[in-house]
Amino acid sequence: MTEGNQNTGGVPVPVNPAGASTGAPAEYPPASPAGRGMFGIHGTGDVSGFGGLVRQRKPIEETSRPYGGYFDEVRDALEEAYPEFGDAIEKVVVDRGELTIHVRPERIAEVCQVMRDDMALRFELCSSVSGVDYLGADERRLHVVYQLTSMTYRRQVRLEAAVSVENPHLPSVTAVYPTADWQEREAYDMFGVVFDGHPALTRILMPDDWEGHPQRKDYPLGGVPVEYKGAEIPPPDRRRSYQ
Amino acid sequence: MTTSNYATERETTEGKVFTVTGGDWDEVVSGTDPINDERIVVNMGPQHPSTHGVLRLVLELEGETVREVRSVVGYLHTGIEKNLEYRNWVQGSTFVTRMDYLAPIFNETAYALAVEKLLGITDDITERATTIRVLMMELNRISSHLVWLATTGMELGAISIMLYGFREREYILDIFESITGLRMNHAYVRPGGVAQDVPDDAIVKIRKFLAMMPKRLKEYEDLLSGQPIWVERTRNVAVLDVTACLALGVTGPVLRSAGLAWDLRKTMPYCGYETYEFDVPTHPDGDVWGRYQVRLAEIRESLKLVEQALDRLKPGPVMVSDKKIAWPAQLAIGVDGMGNSLEHVAKIMGQSMESLIHHFKLVTEGFRVPPGQVYVGIEAPRGELGVHAVSDGGTRPYRVHYREPSFVNLQALPAMAEGGLIADVIAGGASLDPVMGGCDR
Repeated sequence: MTEGNQNTGGVPVPVNPAGASTGAPAEYPPASPAGRGMFGIHGTGDVSGFGGLVRQRKPIEETSRPYGGYFDEVRDALEEAYPEFGDAIEKVVVDRGELTIHVRPERIAEVCQVMRDDMALRFELCSSVSGVDYLGADERRLHVVYQLTSMTYRRQVRLEAAVSVENPHLPSVTAVYPTADWQEREAYDMFGVVFDGHPALTRILMPDDWEGHPQRKDYPLGGVPVEYKGAEIPPPDRRRSYQ
Repeated sequence: MTTSNYATERETTEGKVFTVTGGDWDEVVSGTDPINDERIVVNMGPQHPSTHGVLRLVLELEGETVREVRSVVGYLHTGIEKNLEYRNWVQGSTFVTRMDYLAPIFNETAYALAVEKLLGITDDITERATTIRVLMMELNRISSHLVWLATTGMELGAISIMLYGFREREYILDIFESITGLRMNHAYVRPGGVAQDVPDDAIVKIRKFLAMMPKRLKEYEDLLSGQPIWVERTRNVAVLDVTACLALGVTGPVLRSAGLAWDLRKTMPYCGYETYEFDVPTHPDGDVWGRYQVRLAEIRESLKLVEQALDRLKPGPVMVSDKKIAWPAQLAIGVDGMGNSLEHVAKIMGQSMESLIHHFKLVTEGFRVPPGQVYVGIEAPRGELGVHAVSDGGTRPYRVHYREPSFVNLQALPAMAEGGLIADVIAGGASLDPVMGGCDR
């Protein structure tokens, strides 16, 4: 891909399939295991051509100041209260009126401590902790997302820390926000992120002896084909898909 | 050898009988810890009527005193969040409505608000659609609180209130049925607006309900508030103060019953709640009684909100005008009882091939959502219901996470119940109002 194609803002860019002699849609290889059609068609079965499209992921870019709203104040307060700001904060992103601070994973508990205790920040409530798997984006594909709420100032901030599958460790924030207990267990259960220092990091929604982490993008949805009025309906992840 | 080391024996008609005494038995008996020796572990649930569904509590008891509580959840995990990633954005509302099955409208609205924020069309939502959302949410809040009152009453031994609570809730479900077509799991609030307009007969029903409900609330209070058993079972039971609530992330009526007036409808308004007139009820005690008082008061406030929303309903569209997002036809019930629009069918089959293609693409493929992530929190009957939605620019959600108040609030149960009596575990757990469909998702 050339530089110009990188910045397509989520609009799919056609790629030439390996080994295809023409650009005809019928020759496109299945974009996913879902390529097999519902009616016994081989190939994509998709004459629209959408089956051969590959989505380009736009890298997340740092937002330049001023951010607007209270976001500048939050950043200034954090910079003042936390001397290692430059070392711990990877980037600050403002998108759709929301502030996201990307934090180095090993610093997340310290940053949360400052966010909670500093008088100018006062994020007393940790609303939510969850994970996102950006498979194929870069090495550190597992992101842990913390939604913090300041009841005093009525502000919301998102902290994001990215770890790799090979070394999925980051400190637990349960000592700062006890409410993160079950939510970190869920993130461990679903994504395999290991929160060091968590009092009892066990599975919470899946059975204790479950293997794998279901919310990862390379974990299949599963399901069985269902017969309906003589026709066989494939499970959702094997149906013809439009990316 | 003056005393025998062996047991004494005597002859009886049945044969020789040995009486075993002496030795160090006295020391052995006195050496045991009378407290720890009596500790027993009891599994309450997952099949237990007082655990609101499939919640399992492992209780370590010392007599009737609870020493440790460990909650075990996950029995109702259905992988809704994972399933969403394999359906398009509109189909998502059909899934999320099934999470917290007592508050389906809230699940749908939170999802719709998140998708709209991702699309950047929050300001394009029509006034009528927003008003209908508020109307439906507040009716849903009443029905959810009624189920809370009904089940909690039953669990604490008041059977009549169970019947009354479910009876009034059924009336609300009737209203929902005439508006959405379904009693529960409506998939009514869609990204871009609502699925269809409110019919006139539903307005009549809601007005009747508004006239009836204050009297019924009075009846509930007459039944419960002065009743000594109810008071004994709820006053100073399962106390959780503001500090504990905030540390454990507990929001909603439980937090307000501890005295903090934190209600997202007031503090971080959405859907135009800042333009409505209503109060946020609080209570100073932070016990089960306080939560009962707060929830009853919230039903009254919701009635006020429903009335205001009804007065504001002005004719107008209930979907955004952008035809790349809004589905093309407003459906009506056809002769076969199925939703259809003959006018639209005539147009796409007879006149406009392009309309047919557009309709087909919108339904099968869906609309694209620009990449990014958002978090939207709304005030559900149980507390802050948050949706973290991530898009990669495709026609399907990349990731949707629900911050479920049932899930987060259940963490507070050990703090409420440990050191109390086993009967108060029931009262405390019920006062959190957990819905396991939402908790396990």
